[in-house]
Amino acid sequence: MPNQTEPLFKAVGLSKEFGFGRQKTLAVNQVDLALEEGEVITIVGESGSGKTTLAKMILGLISPTGGEVFFRGEPRDISTYRKKLAYWKNIQAIFQDPYSSFNIFTKIDTVLLDCIRMRGNGNLPREKKREMMAEACSFVNLKFEELTNKYPFELSGGQMQRLMIARIFLLDPKILIADEITSMIDACSRATILDMLMELRDKIGMTVVFITHDVGLAYYVSDKVYIMEHGKFVESGTPDEVILNPKGDYTKRLISDVPKIYEEWDLSTV
Amino acid sequence: MAKVMLEVNELTTKYITRFKENVYAVDHVSLKVEEGKSLGIAGESGCGKSTLALSLMGYYFPPLHYTSGEIIIDGQNITGLTPDNIRKSILGTEIAYIPQAAMNALNPTQKVIHFIEDVVHAHFPDATKKEIYDLARTRFETLGLNASVLEKYPVELSGGMKQRTVIATSVILGPKVLIADEPSSALDVTSQKKVIKMLRDMMETEIIKSMIFITHELPLLYNVTDDIMVMYAGQIVEKASAEKAVFDPLHPYANGLMGAIIVPEEGLRDVKLTAIPGVPPNLKNPPEGCRFAERCKYAVPQCKVIKVSLNEIGNGRAYRCIFSEDELREFYKDAKSN
Ligand SMILES: Nc1ncnc2c1ncn2[C@@H]1O[C@H](COP(=O)(O)OP(=O)(O)OP(=O)(O)O)[C@@H](O)[C@H]1O
Ligand SMILES: Nc1ncnc2c1ncn2[C@@H]1O[C@H](COP(=O)(O)OP(=O)(O)OP(=O)(O)O)[C@@H](O)[C@H]1O
Ligand code: SF4
Ligand SMILES: [Mg+2]
Ligand SMILES: [Mg+2]
Repeated sequence: MPNQTEPLFKAVGLSKEFGFGRQKTLAVNQVDLALEEGEVITIVGESGSGKTTLAKMILGLISPTGGEVFFRGEPRDISTYRKKLAYWKNIQAIFQDPYSSFNIFTKIDTVLLDCIRMRGNGNLPREKKREMMAEACSFVNLKFEELTNKYPFELSGGQMQRLMIARIFLLDPKILIADEITSMIDACSRATILDMLMELRDKIGMTVVFITHDVGLAYYVSDKVYIMEHGKFVESGTPDEVILNPKGDYTKRLISDVPKIYEEWDLSTV
Repeated sequence: MAKVMLEVNELTTKYITRFKENVYAVDHVSLKVEEGKSLGIAGESGCGKSTLALSLMGYYFPPLHYTSGEIIIDGQNITGLTPDNIRKSILGTEIAYIPQAAMNALNPTQKVIHFIEDVVHAHFPDATKKEIYDLARTRFETLGLNASVLEKYPVELSGGMKQRTVIATSVILGPKVLIADEPSSALDVTSQKKVIKMLRDMMETEIIKSMIFITHELPLLYNVTDDIMVMYAGQIVEKASAEKAVFDPLHPYANGLMGAIIVPEEGLRDVKLTAIPGVPPNLKNPPEGCRFAERCKYAVPQCKVIKVSLNEIGNGRAYRCIFSEDELREFYKDAKSN
């Protein structure tokens, strides 16, 4: 029975330690995070601050060394492969390099068909499945007929990015984690991707977690921003609070290091 | 008049794919960079930025082939040189190139100083270890890097440090032109700023005489370069001073690009970013008319049939569109007020 007052996802004291003895790194240190339905949050932090490690724990790809995770108010149980698959129906991710997310020997049609199967719709008639795939492609401005029989490496970077979103369209998750997905693309393509993701959020009521170095992006898209330093959240709040009125020195530095176009960008402070 | 360090006239190069198709990724590109100046290149993924960078070195290997045009570095036409000549007398001293994702290409089993020795020996086989070490130490220290980095292996360096090491190494011979392809895109903002500071310092101390900087990050280009060039589907569509390119772009694609800039500055949340639906044309058989026509909201039927050339309008400004400057500015004003 889903608990009405509990957030969709909750992590309490989540930690991850890598290595042994002297080599030990506390990549994520006692992080608390709650995600509400339909909310867009951004996690910003410098390289090595633990963002991807946190994302992988939320996804259940690596196991925490401390803390607890709740999904819909219940402790998360991903102890068997079957339970993991059930969890992944609710939570999905897109990573920076879209090519790395696909098996290069799997044709595009198969990639999309797998999404339909994952939703448990593998038994639908063939025509119906084709219709669903075509709809997903047209949502992201791709032509399904042009993709059939192609392999991922035969698509351009921009087409791949959009194919990733078509997958999410079919997978229909409750939570999407997007780790640095716009860091290698031009401004217009970034705007296109953001528009598509936001439309998808409105359509399926999905929660989106952006992970990025891009403070501008965080300011633009999020309901809430979390600043991560050495595995901890050091500041959080609305974009106006955190980005226009940062409190800590670390946050101030992250923001001042972003190149500006209306204000002076001071290079003497590196 | 300032000396021209790099002049490129109507350069066209192509890939020949395994199916023997021609992909014209750099199509009649002309540009000029004067001593002490930097030129930025922006554009959508796949528009030909990296191919142009590669082509500028005059060093071609399959699948990339030279088709036509010329490259002149500080008065010397390098277009007809053999690959061997290019390697011995051009690369590193006349022109140096930092490829996209260069920092991942460092040989993990080689100390930084050994890597530098290889670079120097390619040009000066007689240089002694001591001479090279002294040169490297001076250069690293001028650029704010500790000389102890020279004795390290790549894995011992953080991403940002690795990238700055790669950059300092590529300019060891003081090239007249440096081409930096996305040198900071994989880094966080703080490391990025350090890379930019370093590129600036290299220009100021005249370790390099001119620079071409490629990135999709427009605020960065705006802060780093004197001029900006926007490419679309293998062609130049806009050329202007950084100020004009960002605040008064003429070509509809460049205008869209500038309208999608995000900076963490007040008021931005209320701005609607420009997204341009659709995809660029296939470079195997690009359309006869304007290559942007399929996606341009100002297109008229003519755009698809006539060959649109680059309009040079003085002061180094140029744009590729059938409409006049004033007509275009009028379009953008209307679009804004709607
Ligand atoms: N599998 C691993 N084994 C050992 N250490 C790891 C492992 N994965 C990450 N780390 C360490 O954990 C810390 C956090 O890494 P993480 O990748 O989460 O950072 P990040 O914030 O995502 O950085 P970036 O912005 O560069 O992607 C780093 O110090 C990293 O070296
Ligand atoms: N080896 C190759 N064989 C055939 N075509 C290629 C090859 N390498 C690149 N291309 C094509 O040439 C065009 C230009 O590619 P290029 O890598 O120069 O783009 P870019 O502007 O640097 O993109 P990005 O922003 O993604 O780095 C693209 O359409 C690409 O598909
Ligand atoms: S020539 Fe026509 S299609 Fe091309 S950019 Fe100008 S208005 Fe748009
Ligand atoms: Mg990461
Ligand atoms: Mg490139």
